[in-house]
Amino acid sequence: MPVKTIFETKIEHVSILDEHGNFDSALGDGLIPDQDVVDMYKHMMVCRHLDEIAFKLQRSGRMGTYPENRGQEVPSLAAAYVLEKKDWMVTCYRENAGLFWRGLPMEKILLHWMGDERGNHIDECNVTPLAIAIGSQLLHATGLAWASKYKKDGAIACTFFGDGATSEGDFHEAANFAANLDLPVVFVCQNNGWAISTPTKLECSAPTVAQRGIAYGMDCVQVDGNDLFAMVKVVRDAVTNARENNRPTFIEALTYRLGDHTTADDARRYRDADELAMWEKRDPMIRLRNYLEQKDLWSAAKEEEQLAAASVIVSSVVKNAEEIDAPTSNDFFDSMFVDLPPQLQKQRQTMRTSSIGQDPSQISQPAQEGVVK
Amino acid sequence: MANLTLVQSINLALIQEMEKDDRVLLLGEDIGLNGGVFRATEGLFQRFGGDRVVDSPLAESGIMGTAIGLAMGGLRPVPEIQFEGFMGPAFDQLTNQAARFNSRTRGGLTCPLTLRVPIGGGIHAPELHSDSPEAIYTHTPGLKIVMPSSPYDAKGLLISAIRDPNPVIFFEPKRIYRAFREEVPEDEYTIPIGVARKVCEGDELTMVSWGATVVQCMNAIEKSGKSIELIDLRTISPIDIDTIATSVNKTGRCVVVHEAPKTCGLGAEIAAGVMEHCFLHLEAPVQRVCGFDTVMPYYKLELDYLPDAERIGKAINETLAY
Repeated sequence: MPVKTIFETKIEHVSILDEHGNFDSALGDGLIPDQDVVDMYKHMMVCRHLDEIAFKLQRSGRMGTYPENRGQEVPSLAAAYVLEKKDWMVTCYRENAGLFWRGLPMEKILLHWMGDERGNHIDECNVTPLAIAIGSQLLHATGLAWASKYKKDGAIACTFFGDGATSEGDFHEAANFAANLDLPVVFVCQNNGWAISTPTKLECSAPTVAQRGIAYGMDCVQVDGNDLFAMVKVVRDAVTNARENNRPTFIEALTYRLGDHTTADDARRYRDADELAMWEKRDPMIRLRNYLEQKDLWSAAKEEEQLAAASVIVSSVVKNAEEIDAPTSNDFFDSMFVDLPPQLQKQRQTMRTSSIGQDPSQISQPAQEGVVK
Repeated sequence: MANLTLVQSINLALIQEMEKDDRVLLLGEDIGLNGGVFRATEGLFQRFGGDRVVDSPLAESGIMGTAIGLAMGGLRPVPEIQFEGFMGPAFDQLTNQAARFNSRTRGGLTCPLTLRVPIGGGIHAPELHSDSPEAIYTHTPGLKIVMPSSPYDAKGLLISAIRDPNPVIFFEPKRIYRAFREEVPEDEYTIPIGVARKVCEGDELTMVSWGATVVQCMNAIEKSGKSIELIDLRTISPIDIDTIATSVNKTGRCVVVHEAPKTCGLGAEIAAGVMEHCFLHLEAPVQRVCGFDTVMPYYKLELDYLPDAERIGKAINETLAY
């Protein structure tokens, strides 16, 4: 018997507005109304400013470790723009732009990094709290999509993760569940080239990360993740595929974090200055501003006006985050269970784990009371 | 009333909760057409269909992690991990995710799910099919954990677990899945989580156990002819220390029996609790009759490892003679 090829595939790369300002009219015209593009650019300016201020808050000791988002604003923002209110957005921790677009109050993100779980109590929109354990959230997104399919509420789930997360078992299990059980999930991999200091080639030796989805039988596409138009297009296609066909899609969005992994990291230890300089030229905001100015939708005056507006917004956000009432130790007890078991009630009331301290009646000699207190 | 085995009682509880609440759905390996490797879900696929009794891919983290999403999405999933030895791959999702979501979100997102897991030895099974890792999970804040020792308790505890708004692990002692039958009411009933059961009254010694070893304890007590109070914890997290302490303050002696290895097993926690609450009433050191601090042997030697009436009987005599 001759050897036959029984399966062939390809990965498409989608780009509409490239770093040199070239715009593919065939794909891009009419994709996003002009005013929406302006609004998203303005939003990115606010997010970028918040990012800078957050960095300074950490450096001045007013906030804990913070992961800069700078340079990676587009993938999550494009997705948030496409998603409907009923959909779920299940993120990692570098998706501020999308979370804020969906309506998450900005101070919640600051609170999270200020060591306050109230930043994770989210009533405003269907988003889950920032996921610290890499890849863990992909299964939650898959389960949320499954619940929506079961309830027939028409919602889908869109989840975000980095290139490093595709090495985690949970990525593979989530992809396998979503594809085999026909679940409406959109997997967005923000491939920024680095998992802290580990380059993508140590996470994935295939030519693209996108093709990992092929093994699970789902549609896969690679996209310029710094191109708002291309991102909106591929996410829109993926959302349609999820909503209409209950099929997952894997999107590999090529992007770059222009900052360090977090404020505890120094990327100069492992990244070339030349690489950073190259990606600074590919900054998603530079090409978007040029595009808007060419279409006469933006100007230096508007830029200045929006910078001032961003400053006012962010100042107010920082004020809200810093001036919130201090949490109390009751909080970490009260949220352990929906209903607090008696054992924890004792610990909560006494702030002791020692049994004598919890139950002074154990002390036979009243004179000893002063000692144990 | 029907005369049921423990596994039949679990099956009945699942049927009744699924009929009552369409948010309840099951997921796990081989639980559908096959009815589960122990037949706990026998007939449920045929009765409720593939949307509610879902054969999952063979991936424990996937089962646990998607169950979290299902629960956060408003459903009441009942995932099954086929054997306790396969909980390892699900450990991160169970302990770092399910157990923490309520706390992490300060009550914003809850995980009302019930993880069913067969546990323990004594059935001549292969490696990693006979272990007792329950203490690993009792050390995890945010989980409630129950383990029935009888068909009656299995139904009532499982219904309570499914209705509980928190993540609950429901450990099923496989050695007594079919060991004996018991009258189990047709009507639904619940057994409260967090409350132990006094199996028999006595005033010479308190014995504490849970799951399959409760049966071994009953045999040992019968053979001893002594007046022993046996407490079946039913819920192993949180432990009902009040019931234990009340009994030990009466008897002055305590023996804890469990299948799991001795070191850092739940017996240590109970001994510490007895020390805290019954110090002046103790007539003897608390004794633990447990699995050894070894790997659970393959089945030729498993009965040497598991606490039996003889080993328990020795501990009874030694504690009473102390």
